[in-house]
Amino acid sequence: MGDHDHTAPLPDVVLRVKTLESLLVEKKLVDPEALDALIDLYENQIGPKNGARVVARAWVDPEFKAWLLKDATGAVASFGFASDKGKTLVAVENTPKVHNLVVCTLCSCYPWATLGLPPVWYKSAPYRARAAKEPRSVLHEFGTELDDDVEIRIWDSNAEVRYFVLPERPEGTEGLSEEELVELVTRDAMLGVSKVSAPKGRDA
Amino acid sequence: MSGVHDLAGRPGFGPVVREAAEPVFHEEWERRMFALMVATFAGGEFNLDEFRYAIERMEPKEYLEGSYYEHWLFAVEQLLIEKGLISEAELRVMRERIEKRKSP
Repeated sequence: MGDHDHTAPLPDVVLRVKTLESLLVEKKLVDPEALDALIDLYENQIGPKNGARVVARAWVDPEFKAWLLKDATGAVASFGFASDKGKTLVAVENTPKVHNLVVCTLCSCYPWATLGLPPVWYKSAPYRARAAKEPRSVLHEFGTELDDDVEIRIWDSNAEVRYFVLPERPEGTEGLSEEELVELVTRDAMLGVSKVSAPKGRDA
Repeated sequence: MSGVHDLAGRPGFGPVVREAAEPVFHEEWERRMFALMVATFAGGEFNLDEFRYAIERMEPKEYLEGSYYEHWLFAVEQLLIEKGLISEAELRVMRERIEKRKSP
């Protein structure tokens, strides 16, 4: 870090990626402008805000919520996000008695179009190894405590089916508009590692 | 088949480490690697199962020590070589060209 000496050798991984890109561009297997557009799409345009819009809609519109829980692929497609083609999306609902948690134990499957790219912890060995076996202790690390009688359901994502959680709408948000609700919904709540909190400064 | 990637329930891992205000990408090479994988995948050069299986064929030590986008680099190189779209010799030549350009 911070080494700007231009004679210093490139770290091997940087050099390997540069090599691969240069070769693929030279062989016209990839178009450099298409690469830039992909980076912009996933870095600046697609993110958890997409999923937050879906959740807020489900909180204010019971018909949409029923559709989402029955056919999340179709319901989310109605928002027109650039989609993960060919993937089935499933929304699972948190209630006072059931808490859902999403993981990909084998790799890093994740609903990109709805939540953006996954955070490092989701792809990390400790989360993948522990989420299904000891969910309460993992949730505790995220500051989420559940009553003993709450059933925890684990959803192991795969190449065909991607899951996300419809969190519980927090108490004290009855007066909020759909747009205001969007701002409350976090990525972590849509993965089930946390809950959605009511906005600060309001009585819950 | 169970391999090093099959982590569910495996004991011995510590806490889940999180990063506050985590950026989408940490390094420029991660951006480029992400786009290279998605572009070659979208181009139909390989499917998702082949991609994951390529990652699963990494040496266990490399797999556990390598970062996420290093896995992707390994898998894309491997698959494109196996499919005859690029060769190790071409990669070596290109690497030498880049290294030469870099030194004064």
